Amino acid sequence: MDPHVAAAVADAHRRDWGVVLAATARITRDLDAAEDCVQDAYAQALAAWPVHGVPARPAAWLTVVARRKAMNLIHRNDTLSRKLPLLADAAAAPRPGDADDTAADAIPDDRLRLIFTCCHPALAVEARVALTLRLLCGLTTSEVASAFLVSEPTMAARITRAKKKITATRIPYRVPPPSELPGRLAAVLDVVHLLFTTGHTAPAGQSLQRRDLAERALDLARMLRQLLPDDPAVAGLLALILLTDARRHTRTTTDGRLVLLADQDRTRWDRAEIGEGLALIQAALERRPPSRYALMAAIAAVHAAAPRWEATDWQQITDLYDALTQIWPSPVVALNRAIAIGEARGPQAGLAALDELASEPQLAGYHYLPAARAEFLRRLHRTGDARLAYHEARLLADNPVEQDFLTRRISELDT
Amino acid sequence: MAEYMVFIWDDEAAWAKADAGTVAANQAEHEEFIARNAAALRSGNRLHPSDTTTSIRHSADGGVAISDGAFAETKEVIGGYYLIDATDLDEALRIAIEVPAPFGGVEVRPVWAISSAAAQ
Repeated sequence: MDPHVAAAVADAHRRDWGVVLAATARITRDLDAAEDCVQDAYAQALAAWPVHGVPARPAAWLTVVARRKAMNLIHRNDTLSRKLPLLADAAAAPRPGDADDTAADAIPDDRLRLIFTCCHPALAVEARVALTLRLLCGLTTSEVASAFLVSEPTMAARITRAKKKITATRIPYRVPPPSELPGRLAAVLDVVHLLFTTGHTAPAGQSLQRRDLAERALDLARMLRQLLPDDPAVAGLLALILLTDARRHTRTTTDGRLVLLADQDRTRWDRAEIGEGLALIQAALERRPPSRYALMAAIAAVHAAAPRWEATDWQQITDLYDALTQIWPSPVVALNRAIAIGEARGPQAGLAALDELASEPQLAGYHYLPAARAEFLRRLHRTGDARLAYHEARLLADNPVEQDFLTRRISELDT
Repeated sequence: MAEYMVFIWDDEAAWAKADAGTVAANQAEHEEFIARNAAALRSGNRLHPSDTTTSIRHSADGGVAISDGAFAETKEVIGGYYLIDATDLDEALRIAIEVPAPFGGVEVRPVWAISSAAAQ
């Protein structure tokens, strides 16, 4: 096949799967049937585009084809035995002319309905993530399984169970009303953030990052920003992802070794993503109190604004962590706040702040705590204590790139 | 429309220790809940304490074993229920969130009609 056409189909798969599926599910009222129709539409694109050329608007072409297949399915069998019927309100019902080629412009973007269904709080978090990757991003079950390091049958069972729960409990295919939107949107944002952090620092596997997952999370955050342009929490999450993702090329050396924020080559940070992220900060901080992601984005923005590690405004970062602790008092936030205090006021102050967290049960086994202690101990020239703390961190770290970094830190202490 | 069963799970030990005022307040809250959600309520009631439970098991040889007590001994037990009508899970959750359960919480499960005719 013409590589140009193959790339166009792959692009459309990556970019448009969610919009095509969401529009098709409105007709089939059945997630499995909708997935089949969309799959067929992409197969038809592979056959048609080399002959007739790539359409000017691939998403519209695919939506029209998938929805026509869905309408045919319904006409062929009026009593289409819907295995997984979706509950949509009257506004989502198919209308005459829906399958016309000319109607593509009038098809509403249903991706918000789809993502609110996939991320419903009645579903387990792992199921929300899996459904989002599969239905919004078009990943196969096998790709979703490998992203989360579980077997394909396990992931297939998880997805099937989640779809059955959507049907049996009648989780609606609907954007929640304004009174429920903030809480439900928070669940959606958490799924996208979890996807990003899993991709940004993979819990296991050979490399530090899973770029595919991080990129999907960025796509989803951009989609939410496009569909909910006035929501400060959405702006906050997109800003956070952009400002963090901007460092992606500098987080490891060419041979895959971890490089700390302090040592990263800031000239290689992605200036376009930083610019886009910084432009969102003000919108993100509009709401009082600001959302968790808006504050995290503001912290990332302070780092992005510093030309060198030594020039970082640590007092501002400490203040932002204080604000974050108010709305999100998590042990991990407290740990990062302690590190910021150490950078702002010196390693002794940092160590004291870290020691207050020593008995925090949620941080037991969290390798960043002993790693942070080791760093401050090293700066205080308490080499023996630093070595012990680095050893503890290395025992607890799961990611091989991080393990290797800690091993090098230990050997540097010895020289 | 669909039916949902709302199970009220309670810590009986906490109820045993509760003073008369707490019990009366809970009773009043349930009456208010019932009045507020009359349109959606199919039925509902409290249950006698779990030590009144009798379990029945059929054995493979056709025998029946009747015994005192519940299958599982847990701190929280079902103390009451409401059967509600709702168009979807979101509506069912909106109603169930209002169910008073000061010493526990509630679980919501869709009713699975035995025949499709019965569901109409």
